[in-house]
Amino acid sequence: MFIGLDMGGTHTDAVLIFKQGVLRYVKKPTRPHNFLASVQEALEELLEGIEPSKIERVNLSTTVCTNAIVEGKTEPVGLLIIPGPGLNPSFLQCGQLNFILQGSIDHRGRETSPLREQELGLAKQELRAKGLRSLAVVGKFSTRNPAHEVHIARFLEGDYDFITLGHRLSGRLGFPRRVYTAYLNSAIWRVFCRFAEAVQTYLAQKGLNVEPFILKADGGTLSLSVAKNVPVETILSGPAASIMGALALLPTKEDAVILDIGGTTTDISFCVEGLPLLEPQGIKIGPYPTLVRSLLAYPVGLGGDSRIQVKDGQLYIGPERLGPPACLGGPAPTPTDALVVLGLLKLGDPQLSCKALENIAHALNSSLNSTAEMVLKEFSRQIAQAVNNLIYQLNQKPVYTIREILMDRKLKPAKALVVGTPARLFKPFLAEALGLPVEVPGLAGVANAIGAALSRPTASLTLFADTQQGRALIPEMGWEERIPSHFTLKEAKALAFQFLRRRLKEIGYTEPEPELEVIEEQVFNVVRGFSTVGKNIRLKVQNKPLPVNLPGPLTPSNPA
Amino acid sequence: MLKASRRVGLVFFPAYDWAISPTHPEREERLLYTQDQIWEEGILDIEGIVEYRPQVAKPRDVERVHICVPDLESRVTQSDLIAAGGAITAAEAVLKGEVEKAFAIIRPPGHHAHRIVYANRGFCNINNEAIMIEYIRQKYGPKKIAIVDTDCHHGDGTQDIYWHDKDTLFISLHQDGRTLYPGTGFLNEFGGPNACGYTLNIPLPPETGEEGFLYVIENLILPVLEEFKPDLIINSAGQDNHYTDPITNMRFSAQGYARLNDLLNPDIAVLEGGYSIEGALPYVNVGIILALAGLDYSYVREPDYSPARVSQPKEISEYIARLCKETYTAWRNREDIRARLVRGKKEVTRQRHIYYDTVGLLEFQKETTLVCDECPGLTFIDSHSERGEHILAVFLPRKTCKRCREEGEDIYRRADIKKYTAIFLQDRDNDILLKK
Repeated sequence: MFIGLDMGGTHTDAVLIFKQGVLRYVKKPTRPHNFLASVQEALEELLEGIEPSKIERVNLSTTVCTNAIVEGKTEPVGLLIIPGPGLNPSFLQCGQLNFILQGSIDHRGRETSPLREQELGLAKQELRAKGLRSLAVVGKFSTRNPAHEVHIARFLEGDYDFITLGHRLSGRLGFPRRVYTAYLNSAIWRVFCRFAEAVQTYLAQKGLNVEPFILKADGGTLSLSVAKNVPVETILSGPAASIMGALALLPTKEDAVILDIGGTTTDISFCVEGLPLLEPQGIKIGPYPTLVRSLLAYPVGLGGDSRIQVKDGQLYIGPERLGPPACLGGPAPTPTDALVVLGLLKLGDPQLSCKALENIAHALNSSLNSTAEMVLKEFSRQIAQAVNNLIYQLNQKPVYTIREILMDRKLKPAKALVVGTPARLFKPFLAEALGLPVEVPGLAGVANAIGAALSRPTASLTLFADTQQGRALIPEMGWEERIPSHFTLKEAKALAFQFLRRRLKEIGYTEPEPELEVIEEQVFNVVRGFSTVGKNIRLKVQNKPLPVNLPGPLTPSNPA
Repeated sequence: MLKASRRVGLVFFPAYDWAISPTHPEREERLLYTQDQIWEEGILDIEGIVEYRPQVAKPRDVERVHICVPDLESRVTQSDLIAAGGAITAAEAVLKGEVEKAFAIIRPPGHHAHRIVYANRGFCNINNEAIMIEYIRQKYGPKKIAIVDTDCHHGDGTQDIYWHDKDTLFISLHQDGRTLYPGTGFLNEFGGPNACGYTLNIPLPPETGEEGFLYVIENLILPVLEEFKPDLIINSAGQDNHYTDPITNMRFSAQGYARLNDLLNPDIAVLEGGYSIEGALPYVNVGIILALAGLDYSYVREPDYSPARVSQPKEISEYIARLCKETYTAWRNREDIRARLVRGKKEVTRQRHIYYDTVGLLEFQKETTLVCDECPGLTFIDSHSERGEHILAVFLPRKTCKRCREEGEDIYRRADIKKYTAIFLQDRDNDILLKK
């Protein structure tokens, strides 16, 4: 049996999936300042009468780190950066104590100027004097040669509890993002570890002897123990949970738009030939762009609880949420109230919905029913507009070869997959506005928790080989070795896959054979004068972020 | 993240699947390390810097500028169409007001491509800037445009295309043609009989340093631009004046290029040459982008930079000062110079050999231009190559006067097709290319 738990801002959803495809689910309010209690309450109810030894997997999607960052409840970090030439680095000083160090590595990973031991000594003294225990060390082009970062870590040995080295987080280029990602990783390390240990203790008490997994923003998971080294990977995993849920419940081989309708916002995502689309660079959190791999999820300020108002004779929906819908005693009419007025939904006190929406009808000089209908149409129209704008933007994405420009593969959704509690009720309105067939799964309201339950460990690695310099490295693994001058792309692929398998095993992948793929491959000649003196090989490999296949449709069966 | 003080559009098209030959300087990885540097710096995360996907230029856009012999399909590669399209995309972003400035980092380059194209020369098939300029004039109306070509090689193709056009001021600063390809670009190349003074050449001596380039910008180019009052300034941004460039002999730097763009303040920059792909291009391109965006570029520096590598001897400083003074005087006296040149003449003729170095082909041209005070003047070129083609090309420029039009159309009509392999009429006002 699999457990999936998705802790959102307002609700914590949890599901239990049996082998036969039977499902039990619970929905509990999230306790804003007690994440462990939120997990416990949901699991207690979910596991009632279940033999703990039957549980094979526990997957959690948590907002612990996201909240810590957004609310600024993070630990002070000592940040050491080696920017070399380029942009003025002063804007990168996001730590509590920042050191901009001498030294530089170039685009091919060659050291072009050395570190200064004296500067490092001074930094060490100051960090010690200020009592900073969590550090981040990041160099420009450290993914091409991590020597400076590694040297600094050794130099500071013993003077910290935790240190993040930039090159281990991602093989992708982007020094500012690397700095922010490393900073955040060190800033949330302690908060996450505390939560992780509490979860482990609780699960052990419950007799669940499994290593729990944490959901990442890219729709994959990693084991809780490994996540303690890269807590930044756990930020903003909520949208990924819903996307993976939609794809698990409604598997497809086509392009599709995926909508997750919540209380405050609707998240828009896409899949291409059934595979979810990733953010091109990495996710942004607060003011920080990062290198954290993430599924693309674009929020629009339209949800079931969005405030409806009339200004200058015009109907406005959202983007604010003032509270619950009027039918539940909320302060303003909402799209949910429009559904209640039309008799599509039974919730709370319909009189309150009518009363709230009557004011709008009056201001628009329209009847109550046609106003309610107008609200749902306008809601869907705005979502469709946002979807179309996004498709346009995604299709403008630059490419760098003649082949790709001439091929011109465009994203063209053939249908919409819609999840979230009110998904079913919006179906006809969205179908009309989008001009696409709309599919809504039976368990749309807990698709997020189902997605969490069925997600699998994912990893991606970057291999960089330079046969002129005779070296190859995989920064994420901290691996570097000499290679012969005749090293080929084929050998590079074999090596990258070998390390990817090793990495997947480390983060808890247990299924027999992961589906590995090359997502980027480039080979260039290195020419001196008029002769070729080497090859520059760049590879990115990953396993596909796909949910576990369900044996059949899920049937709900709730505990007493 | 940082915020740019000016919005800048970037078109980045490295054409990773195109090369003249595997070890030719114009090969696949030319912009690889530039891309690495731009990505690693996080330039595209800076608020106000927007990346655009290049469009593919249409054959129509090319034929507005060029006469390809024997035809466009056999002379122009897909990569050329995307590079020219990239320049168009950059210009449109500016003209639509989406960004204040734009930079097209594209390859292959274009500034050695003349009006008539028999083959590749100086790594260029078609002229990206000219195709861009004529596209925007066609779509966004007439514009006075200044092109400042800062490639180390003389921009002879762009000069040829705008030789007769007073609305396009072409200024090229480059290594002296006595010491470098293509061997042209001297002071006396000053524009055609109806556009005298609207082509300016500053042939700089080898070993010109940072000081020399910036001196020319401040003491010659900026005053001339001040008087010309262009609607748009375009920098033909070749980067081969760099002190590490393998095929030239100058001493310019990334800082220098950034400062040059800061001073020149172009609306659009288009990459031309530059073959120090590891030591120069990554830093020069970052420097130019930062300067265009109004951001601090003082930390952009090559790893092996030293003031000694970009210094120049005193004699060179003095020589450049004289060169600027002489050119500026000629610019001021352009009307008188023209009057002397055309006095008593109905037409002006010149004969030239044009060498296509990439394939080793020679073209022979006889060009005739009517002296005209009403319009840029009718021009027709009788041209043949060693390959055996023999063509006649008639050019009706923008705003052709009635007399020039009638005479041009008459020449095209009466030309004997038995005498030539092809006869062309390029008609800018009607935006058509006729061929018989």
